Amino acid sequence: MALKMVKGSIDRMFDKNLQDLVRGIRNHKEDEAKYISQCIDEIKQELKQDSIAVKANAVCKLTYLQMLGYDISWAAFNIIEVMSASKFTFKRIGYLAASQCFHEGTDVIMLTTNQIRKDLSSPSQYDTGVALTGLSCFVTPDLARDLANDIMTLMSHTKPYIRKKAVLIMYKVFLKYPESLRPAFPRLKEKLEDPDPGVQSAAVNVICELARRNPKNYLSLAPLFFKLMTSSTNNWVLIKIIKLFGALTPLEPRLGKKLIEPLTNLIHSTSAMSLLYECVNTVIAVLISLSSGMPNHSASIQLCVQKLRILIEDSDQNLKYLGLLAMSKILRTHPKSVQAHKDLVLQCLDDKDESIRLRALDLLYGMVSKKNLVEIVKKLMSHVDKAEGTTYRDELLTKIIDICSQCNYQHITNFQWYISVLVELTRLEGTRHGHLIAAQMLDVAIRVKAIRKFAVSQMSALLDRAHLVASSTQRNGICEVLYAAAWICGEFSEHLQEPQQTLEAMLRPKVTTLPGHIQAVYVQNVVKLYAAILQQREQAAEPEAAQDVTQLMVERLPQFVQSADLEVQERASCILQLVKHIQKLQAKDVPVAEEVSALFAGELNPVAPKAQKKVPVPEGLDLDAWINEPPSDSESEDEKPKAIFHEEEQRHGKPRQPEADEEELARRREARKQEQANNPFYIKSSPSPQKRYQDLPGVEHIPVVQIDLSVPLKVPGMPVSDQYVKLEEERRHRQRLEKDRKKKKKKDKERKGKPRRRGSLHTESDEDIAPAQQVDIVTEEMPENALPSDEDDKDPNDPYRALDIDLDRPLADSEKLPVQKHRNADTSKSPEKEDVPVKERKIKKPKKKEKKHKEKEREKKKGKEEKPSKHKKKKHKKEKEERSKDKKKPKKKKSASDGAAEPVENGALDEDPLPPMSSYCLLAENSYIKMTYDIQGSLQKDSQVTVSVVLENQSNSFLKNMELSVLDSLNTKLARPEGSSVHDGVPVPFQLPPGVSNEAQFVFTIRSIVTAQKLKGTLSFIAKDDEGSTHEKLDFQLHFSCTSYLVTTPCYSDAFAKLLESGDLSMSSIKVDGISMSFQNLLAKICFHHHFSVVERVDSCASMYSRSIQGHHVCLLVKKGDKSVSVDGKCSDAALLGSLLEELKATLAQC
Amino acid sequence: MQFMLLFSRQGKLRLQKWYVPLSDKEKKKITRELVQTVLARKPKMCTFLEWRDLKIVYKRYASLYFCCAIEGQDLELITLEIIHRYVELLDKYFGSVCELDIIFNFEKAYFILDEFLLGGEVQETSKKNVLKAIEQADLQEEAETPCSVLEEIGLT
Repeated sequence: MALKMVKGSIDRMFDKNLQDLVRGIRNHKEDEAKYISQCIDEIKQELKQDSIAVKANAVCKLTYLQMLGYDISWAAFNIIEVMSASKFTFKRIGYLAASQCFHEGTDVIMLTTNQIRKDLSSPSQYDTGVALTGLSCFVTPDLARDLANDIMTLMSHTKPYIRKKAVLIMYKVFLKYPESLRPAFPRLKEKLEDPDPGVQSAAVNVICELARRNPKNYLSLAPLFFKLMTSSTNNWVLIKIIKLFGALTPLEPRLGKKLIEPLTNLIHSTSAMSLLYECVNTVIAVLISLSSGMPNHSASIQLCVQKLRILIEDSDQNLKYLGLLAMSKILRTHPKSVQAHKDLVLQCLDDKDESIRLRALDLLYGMVSKKNLVEIVKKLMSHVDKAEGTTYRDELLTKIIDICSQCNYQHITNFQWYISVLVELTRLEGTRHGHLIAAQMLDVAIRVKAIRKFAVSQMSALLDRAHLVASSTQRNGICEVLYAAAWICGEFSEHLQEPQQTLEAMLRPKVTTLPGHIQAVYVQNVVKLYAAILQQREQAAEPEAAQDVTQLMVERLPQFVQSADLEVQERASCILQLVKHIQKLQAKDVPVAEEVSALFAGELNPVAPKAQKKVPVPEGLDLDAWINEPPSDSESEDEKPKAIFHEEEQRHGKPRQPEADEEELARRREARKQEQANNPFYIKSSPSPQKRYQDLPGVEHIPVVQIDLSVPLKVPGMPVSDQYVKLEEERRHRQRLEKDRKKKKKKDKERKGKPRRRGSLHTESDEDIAPAQQVDIVTEEMPENALPSDEDDKDPNDPYRALDIDLDRPLADSEKLPVQKHRNADTSKSPEKEDVPVKERKIKKPKKKEKKHKEKEREKKKGKEEKPSKHKKKKHKKEKEERSKDKKKPKKKKSASDGAAEPVENGALDEDPLPPMSSYCLLAENSYIKMTYDIQGSLQKDSQVTVSVVLENQSNSFLKNMELSVLDSLNTKLARPEGSSVHDGVPVPFQLPPGVSNEAQFVFTIRSIVTAQKLKGTLSFIAKDDEGSTHEKLDFQLHFSCTSYLVTTPCYSDAFAKLLESGDLSMSSIKVDGISMSFQNLLAKICFHHHFSVVERVDSCASMYSRSIQGHHVCLLVKKGDKSVSVDGKCSDAALLGSLLEELKATLAQC
Repeated sequence: MQFMLLFSRQGKLRLQKWYVPLSDKEKKKITRELVQTVLARKPKMCTFLEWRDLKIVYKRYASLYFCCAIEGQDLELITLEIIHRYVELLDKYFGSVCELDIIFNFEKAYFILDEFLLGGEVQETSKKNVLKAIEQADLQEEAETPCSVLEEIGLT
């Protein structure tokens, strides 16, 4: 026995160790696999030895082989043997092998439980450590359940080395055995404050990982983490905490507000890029989550953008990449701040690194505007030419199309340019995105009527060169554009200059090499062209020429009849028969053109995606009822549903089926026309689109400069988009000049008027660029008698849906914003901002009405001659004036309830800036403080008003202990906290550092509201600066006007009329002379300052309504004469009306 | 962190550490795919890439690529620092480390990694502490060695 042992040991001396194995493998490069299988055999022998050292050596070698990709799962049991060795050296190797190759499916793993438990409680910290490390890699649910308690105990081990490992591995245990989380969590939380920084950071790590997945459960830890964040200097830990906060802020906006400051401080101070970047990221996340709650964080955004710019400008590609990545996050919420760095992003397009270029492309998408679109696309086009890889080039192509088509072609002002860009893109060989280009061509040609002529000329040129496109690129997708080209040329054949030529191009033999679905479109559209040519020739009384075309068709169509594609074959044979029939008729000198073109009469309008949904269910139709008896259960087994419902083949833009016989078709067509004529949602087609636009409201006063189309229309060879760029520039220039001229004129007229908003004549903002084409994008057609419901128009996921709130309704107490007590420095401005939109809506109403009115008028006139009467001209000018302020009208019009089928101008439309108005007026001011105030009533409380006072510290001192005291009158009293006497003041609930302003609110109770009142009061405060503190006072007089008791309340015209008829209102009038302000603005002023709303407006006459907090109705009829305004008022209380009109008079006198 | 791979310029795997349980087949597939992708990238390119739903961060040191996979929310820059820290640790331990050190002492490379990262998280941010732990563990091994030599000769 002993001899055998000795012999084994001597053999063992010749065993390979790991180094030998590695060396051996390196020396057997040619027959590596053979060598290794030989080694594995040796290892198998070694594993049979009793010596643990031999086994460990073998396992070590196996671990190496496992890395090379060899299966060692057969040795799992041997690995466990080595794991349980008493010596650390072997144990370590065993655990390493286990951690590399054990996984949940390893069956022997359950044998390890006791061994691991033993090692965990080993007196040697290294045994414990190695067991923990191994366990972290192969922990299974069973192991986690059985060992959770042991590991939890280790979290309180005396050695930090063990504690930190135990803490970290707890995360893996939680994942496998979630039940352990609750019992272990208190201890884990304790570890956040462990004296050892390593343990602390481990605990932060684990909790951050947990919290990232389920942030809401960890909100309560926020204060603790906040403390850690401000105290820790370890960047690794800081980054984790900041990341955690990024996950928490969306749930708790207040946390975000608190974070901004320390984070911006860190951004300023840190030199570590990773920390900086994480801070920037979190600030962005915070700002996104706060975007509604916080009025203004432009400073933080600016800081982030600045820092990111530095990253992007860095020579390190990684930083560049990350900078762009973070930039795109900002872009989503603060596009303006990013747009300022367009130069930088464009620069990145030139980068050598494709991943950076792709990032830059993503950014560009959000940065385009009307002004820079052409420039950006030009740049992208040049990149398309240079791009080496097809993936990148395809990416560029899709981006160009995305950028141009986004938001309903919002940024395109010149569609000729766009079509030529698309045509230029067809030069790309080997792209997969031919269908994208084709879809765009179709979309533009169908929806932008004014461009059809141009599009057709371009498309026919494309078809002419079809052999080029087809032969060189048939294998790839670019030939898809021919699909679009053929359809456009056929459908809009009336615009073709040389239809015969195009017809011949489409009948070339080469065409038969195109994919089937394209040929099918060719065949169909050849007939359309044919019909157009027949018509033309018959009208020109050239029967022979007409017969020639028929002959051409008869000769060429058979090539399609032979097509292998069923669709092509079928269409072609039908058509061939038809043409042969026509030929016979022609031989008898029967005029046929009329009937042939009747096949394609009627216009094809784009259909809205939601049209189907909007079709009303006819009365008496129950969609849920069975049409046939339901199949019995026994049948349904062998009968597949397919037999009942035909699966319709989804064909892309299949034009229409020429099935029904002509008479039937004609009848249907007639019926359709009738219906369309009566349908307000349908856009009637008129023979000349150009003329139509002039009739449309809201379009004719766009300063349109007609492009001289005669020159560039027929471009020989490829159109070059640059050409259109130049044209567009010229156009804009002319437009600008014209505008300047007009402005000057106006200025001369308006000398004495108010200063204009924008002085500089040469800066051109985005909105100033009017679209070139008499562009209207035809909106999509809705079914006849579509349900007028607006609800299904809205996407349920639309983030703005929540904003669908009636702004006119007075705020209920429960709705009141709770923030006022915490306002910060920006508040002095914010109230105005908040007030403005409310007001704006109010003025819009009359505009809409006025518009409709005008439309009607115009329609009446249309019956007569189109000659613009003097009266009309005047109106136009006026409208133009309005328009210069409010360019964006059409969209608003669209948002009106009936907007379904009205033409929409391209582009989304922003809110129009308003002349700043504030309801806050000065209360009192001294060198320390400035007080402004506003009084609001609420319909819910008939004897209360709220006075909001904005206090602005104008000094360098710190103002505190502010207290407001008022001398009450019999009628008006300040509401004081309970238990205080009438002489006590009311403390202001905040202090004011230098330069800061904040708003405080005070409630007053009122008995009678029919007369205005003034209350005297004093603000006392302590001003503290470096030299000491002083007691200061500021006296003021609060003016409670009768207007402040009015609450803006909307009123419908019928209710308004009833109210006036009722006869229980007393009446009074005023008249003010010398008014220069436009009626529009006048109404706006009355609405804003006197809390009225417009009920109806007809020309220069408007009825308005408001209601007092005690329920008095106040009705006004405002009439504007030449330089004067008269106001007739009716109110349920004569005294109140008198006071109100006096106040109104004072306001109007200033206009 | 989901996993870490070390491979040479020739695409030979030198070290792999998986912090998520995957089958061997899956691991091999991922490894092959990633090695190809990373080696195909040009030296001047940025060293982050989006891959499946993960982010890959890699860095080349001499002939070795260090490649880590992290989740969407993890930070690329900190992962680069982890890689760098690991390389520093190897360098300190082996004394100007080269690829061969890692090949021949691959178990040591694992031990160092295990002291630095645990379950994909950084467990010790101090270089000194990591090296101290490794040294002491090694010392313990040495203390055991004489006895194991005797054992080897079969005299125990």
